[in-house]
Amino acid sequence: MRMTLTEKILARHAGKERVEPGELILAKVDLALGNDVTAPIAIRAFRSMGAREVFHRERIALVADHFAPNKDIKSAEQIRIMREFAREAGIANYFEVGRMGIEHVLLPDEGLVVPGDLVIGADSHTCTYGALCAFSTGVGSTDLAAAMFSGEVWLKVPESLRIVLTGKPGKWVEGKDVILHIIGEIGVDGALYRAMEYAGDGISHLSMAWRFTIANMAIEAGAKNGIFPFDAATRDYAEGRGKRGYEVVTADKGARYAEELSVNLSRLEPVVAFPHLPGNARPLSRVGNVPIDQVVVGSCTNGRIEDLRSAAEVVRGRKVHDGVRMLIFPATQEVYLQAMREGLMETFVTAGAAFSTPTCGPCLGGHMGILAAGERAVATTNRNFVGRMGHPESEVYLANPAVAAASAVLGRIGGPDELP
Amino acid sequence: MELRGKAWKYGDDVDTDVIIPARYLNTSDPGELASHCMEDIDRAFASKVSRGDFIVAGKNFGCGSSREHAPIAIKASGASAVIARSFARIFYRNSFNMGLPIFEAPGAVDEIDPGDLLAVDMERGVLRNETKGKEYRVAPVPPFMQELLSAGGLLHYIAKRKKGV
Ligand code: SF4
Repeated sequence: MRMTLTEKILARHAGKERVEPGELILAKVDLALGNDVTAPIAIRAFRSMGAREVFHRERIALVADHFAPNKDIKSAEQIRIMREFAREAGIANYFEVGRMGIEHVLLPDEGLVVPGDLVIGADSHTCTYGALCAFSTGVGSTDLAAAMFSGEVWLKVPESLRIVLTGKPGKWVEGKDVILHIIGEIGVDGALYRAMEYAGDGISHLSMAWRFTIANMAIEAGAKNGIFPFDAATRDYAEGRGKRGYEVVTADKGARYAEELSVNLSRLEPVVAFPHLPGNARPLSRVGNVPIDQVVVGSCTNGRIEDLRSAAEVVRGRKVHDGVRMLIFPATQEVYLQAMREGLMETFVTAGAAFSTPTCGPCLGGHMGILAAGERAVATTNRNFVGRMGHPESEVYLANPAVAAASAVLGRIGGPDELP
Repeated sequence: MELRGKAWKYGDDVDTDVIIPARYLNTSDPGELASHCMEDIDRAFASKVSRGDFIVAGKNFGCGSSREHAPIAIKASGASAVIARSFARIFYRNSFNMGLPIFEAPGAVDEIDPGDLLAVDMERGVLRNETKGKEYRVAPVPPFMQELLSAGGLLHYIAKRKKGV
């Protein structure tokens, strides 16, 4: 039988010739991830099994990012559970303040995820690594506990939705707009249980950073994973970075897809998702006058160096609007350093923005940028649910970094072309 | 393995807050969770459910949070399984991990009335509505999942396997 990208990777990891949608398999994991919210629960479950040793010290990653630097006493205690466990179990990839970053940017950048991998993480945005032509998906804490112990996970093979991208995106249109447009079209459960597999020559116009952004938000369409084919850009990214050898997987011609969708990138304009669902997408030209109080650039969706460059280009030589607080969160220490080297940090600070150490912080309404009742934010994050960034009566609008930066200067939602 | 009991019927999008309200999440004691199971849509369920009964529901059962307390509460209530048109993804995972069998049976759900006597043959993948005298196919539970269920969930399964029992 001819297989899709997802089916092929799953079959290989299950030691099978082929797999079919709906089939349940037991598969080997190349990497299992936990963070300061989910790992402590998994660690308790791990211990309750009577387990002592993890299956592989290099194949587990524990990242303190959600409430790090420690937000309060409770988060300090949670992170301590993880730190002590990592030390005891000899886990090689434990990342904390000063050496950390947001997990989904950190792990691929560190070369811990490589093409062809099967990765699970106790975090719903684990689907991000599909950009690298890997299968990755979010699971529960018990799954993480089991994988840390056995190195395996059970999975139901998903059907695949094929998304064909054509054309070249125009100015100010970024990866974020592609995925917001797609979710706007198919809805927040439009890809439930399914794999979103990208295809078409439009992909050659998407940088790796943009592909990460697109794969990151697969879960916002209900999907199990999002996955890109391997090409020259994937190779450039993976070469010299990967901590392990990688395998190039290709989809078979004539593989079966549950559905197909096509998107002409040249027709897109920047997209803004209105509260309170990522699927409430509107083209920028139809946003109207929406005054704002805060702008957040960062997160596992858009906290990469390319995203910071895009925002910096817009604010360079300009000032953040009087009524707006602009917060920049580089996703990792590496991105932070690079932003410093390139002078982006200075650009932001001179414009009147705050520049933070890496953390999930405001993305989940955790700390460092919480909204008061009635306040509105434009964020480059991935979720705009009720209360996601603070008070239940606050609002979050999702946008790409260039639009977010332009909005910070304008004091209302708008694009870079509207700037004087 | 055959499961047998009567049907407790609910609608679409039964979320995890309904299955076990957040106000009870300060405990993880299965018995206590079970005593509040479904109470926000059905006060009678927790006290009247008999061992082996089924929860039967529409689409997207278990949507909402990823709390593992939801399948724990259902399992501890004595219900033998959930039969629904479809399940939310993480609930689906968590159920097998906690040792609660679940079945997708879009065709059967509409024709099941509250109180109907049902039987499910897990190996063969057959659901019988004994009250109505009708049979339906459900996807048979694959051998691996059966092992997982009979071990009492993922952690027990793995602990057992690792010990080479
Ligand atoms: S940045 Fe936001 S979405 Fe990403 S892992 Fe952190 S909290 Fe989750």
